[in-house]
Parts: sequence; C-alpha cells; structure tokens
Amino acid sequence: MEFIQNSVLPHFNYWVYVILMMIGLYAMITKKNLVKKLIGMTIFQTAIILFYVSIGVKTGSTIPILEHHAEEHGEAVTDTGGHHEEAPGEHESHDSIHAVDPDHFANPLPHVLMLTAIVVGVSTLGVALAISQSIYKDFGTLEEHEILEKIKQGGPGIDV
Amino acid sequence: MIVSFDLVILVFLIITAAISLRVRDLLSAAMILGVYSFLICLLWAEMGAVDVAFTEAAVGAGVSTVFMIATIYHTRRRSSD
Repeated sequence: MEFIQNSVLPHFNYWVYVILMMIGLYAMITKKNLVKKLIGMTIFQTAIILFYVSIGVKTGSTIPILEHHAEEHGEAVTDTGGHHEEAPGEHESHDSIHAVDPDHFANPLPHVLMLTAIVVGVSTLGVALAISQSIYKDFGTLEEHEILEKIKQGGPGIDV
Repeated sequence: MIVSFDLVILVFLIITAAISLRVRDLLSAAMILGVYSFLICLLWAEMGAVDVAFTEAAVGAGVSTVFMIATIYHTRRRSSD
C-alpha cells in the first residue's frame, strides 16, 4: 500500500508506458504473423516517444508558443543588439522586464526530438511492410513458422 | 496535464493495444491501431506537444494505416494468432 502511494500513483503515466512497451515487446517476440510483429513494433515505438514527451511536461504549463509581448519583445531584442556596451546593471533590469518565465511553458526540446522519431518510425514501418510483401511473393505466406518450414525444405527465396 | 483525462486515455491505450494484437483479422487490427494512434495524438495535444500531436495524426494514424492496409490488400487478411 505504501509502495503504491509513494511510487505508483505519482508516476502512473510512466507505469503505463512500461506496460505498453512490454505489450509491444511481447508481440514482437511471440506473434507468428509478420504484420502482427510490426504492429507490436509500432506500439513499442510510440510508448518510448510517449515517455520522452511526458518528460517535457510541467504542472500548470501551456504549449511552448509566445502569445503576447510580441512587438515589445522584438524591440527589446533589437535594443540589446544595438547597445552591447551597456552597463551590466541596466542590462539586467532591462532583461528582467521582458524575460520569459520558462516555468509557464512545456519544454519543447523533447517534442522536437520525438518529431524526428515519429517520422523515422513510419519510414521503418514502410520498409518493413515492403519486405514482408516481397516475402509473401516468394513464400506465399506471412506466418513465421511456415516460412521457416519452407526454408528448411529448400524452398523459394534462397536464391536471391 | 489534466490527471483524470490522462488516466482515461492511458487506460484506453492499453485496451486498444491489447485488442489490436488479439484480433485475428489483420484489417481490423490495422483499424484498431489507427484508433490507438489517434488516442496517442489526443494525449500529446493535452500534454502541450501540439506539433508532435498533429504529426502523429497525419503520419502515424494516416500514413501508417494506409501502408498496413496496402500490405494486407496485397497479401492475406487472416492471421494465425
């Protein structure tokens, strides 16, 4: 009970990601159909991406887009760009007025990294599905045990 | 992050993942995987990752479902497990 209250409930999303990853791994290992294996691979990938995106979440934060102070901020940037030899104290006060509090926004770095991971995942899936279509053309089946049986009998597909 | 909304979606995620691996009809498995992708897209929009959310909706739920349906159309629809 203590364990559940201290480590399961505050991090319930991480536990769900672990469960999803294990579902995907189980499918990749035990399922015999090649398309089913690829479905397992997709679930595994999305569980990892979910974990990374949830790292960037902060309590009470919003999406990482600046919605106000647009023209003031731009002015501030050109101002500091023009006067590099400013007194340090003045510069600091000038900065603190226009500073953006990072606690109000979700961390966008994991989002950008995982955007790449999604695209890589889909291209991996496309190549894998193309290979399974070519396996079907050679062997006439998508079941792993039947393919292994046909290879053992010296069936088609060995002469590439 | 809205905890109750999160919990409901995460439970549905596990259910859809399990169902898409349980069904023997590959076409319905691909469809349920599309449902899974849209649920994940909802979760990301709720977590503040809107760019990831619409990429997942377009690429994950759209393109990968089309790839799977094309493969199933060119091969066999039944699965042994």
